[in-house]
Amino acid sequence: MTELNQTIHAILSELRPEADFTTSTDYLTDGLLDSTDIVSLVASLDARYGISIDGVDILPEHFTSVATIASLLGKYGVVS
Amino acid sequence: MNFTFRNMRVGGLLVVVPENESRYADELDNYNFPVANSRKLQNVIGIDRHRLVTEGTCASDLALFGMRYLIDRGDLQPDEIDGLILVTETPDYFMPPTSSVIQGKLGLSQDMWCLDLNQGCAGFAVGLIQAFMMLQQEAINRVVLVNADTLTRTCSPQDRNAYPLLGDAASVAILEPSEHSETIHANLQMDGTQHEKIMIPAGGFRLPCTPATAQVELAGDGNFRGQDHYHMDGIAVLNFVQNQIPPLIEDLLSTAETSLDQVDWFMFHQPNRFMLEKLADKLGVPREKLPNDVVEHYGNASSVTIPTAITHTLGTALTENTYTMCLCGFGVGLTCSSLLLQVGALRFCEMIDYPSPQQGTV
Repeated sequence: MTELNQTIHAILSELRPEADFTTSTDYLTDGLLDSTDIVSLVASLDARYGISIDGVDILPEHFTSVATIASLLGKYGVVS
Repeated sequence: MNFTFRNMRVGGLLVVVPENESRYADELDNYNFPVANSRKLQNVIGIDRHRLVTEGTCASDLALFGMRYLIDRGDLQPDEIDGLILVTETPDYFMPPTSSVIQGKLGLSQDMWCLDLNQGCAGFAVGLIQAFMMLQQEAINRVVLVNADTLTRTCSPQDRNAYPLLGDAASVAILEPSEHSETIHANLQMDGTQHEKIMIPAGGFRLPCTPATAQVELAGDGNFRGQDHYHMDGIAVLNFVQNQIPPLIEDLLSTAETSLDQVDWFMFHQPNRFMLEKLADKLGVPREKLPNDVVEHYGNASSVTIPTAITHTLGTALTENTYTMCLCGFGVGLTCSSLLLQVGALRFCEMIDYPSPQQGTV
């Protein structure tokens, strides 16, 4: 797992410590994240990387896995 | 759709909030989420406390309290009201219109126009457009725009995605002719294909209330609610707002030949702090010019949040000063609407408490 992916995983685990993000293939479908979790997650990512994720990018498909979240961050210059 | 109005103004603005207040910290145990998770959300979206009506209080009660307050002080002359618009999603009855209830209880003239509008968070902007259209008629010289909602009565108290954000309130705005006013610009867009994104599924004739619709169940988002309850698809609405509002505002300002920095205040609907900060960043507006703290002080009372933002932020300063304001509402429908206008030299601009019923009285 890359350092970026590890950081994303740590933020997710802090957000929902009771959830298992290692086995799920779709955090939303599996009920690990809801809309308010996504808002909290975006705020954490903004603060962690000093970016401001555009509201138009806050789409469910960008938050289904560590990989999709990492891909979204890549758009803002955050890379592994 | 664009509109322009000339020789009209806002004459006064009053907001009524229930005295009864609930704090998020005291509600955490009601929600199906770890407390630490709920506390993190509190900091991100700006939840702290909200004002709620007590059982049995309706939109018309808040509206009547505000109008009587203005009448008793001499700020509103009953015989001068030619139009009464009530914007609400929580009417007293399916029929008659709640505006007629208010008219009757205040003993207003029968030679007037009472109109209910079923609109939500865009309802102050939509209501202003309707009021200004009324004022274009020679027979109409003064319109009272009332926005009133008791949405907390529609919401599951176990729904963390909605309940702690919502509040109840009413506002009374006086609209009148003015020979010296700047042109008012407005626009409006509606997308009914997304009507299910914010809704109360049961209670109308499509799905009447039954014991089954009242059953509170665990929803996919981890909250407990029933079909009788208010529900919002938060991500869909956030995305609608972030996609639709920036071009709506750019179009408004372009039509008015006004730049962003010529606007003193961006008084927008108040869904939560997070969404408004994102919107300010997207628009390129300094966050301090787009207030975002209504939810944390009062809760989101649907169409009343813009008047609440104005009175909370500026208050009596608006009785002396005049500001260029961009108003913008967005929500149920889905609907979005904005106006650019001068607001100032108001006869009144204040917020008052609606008292809770005393124990042991009716």
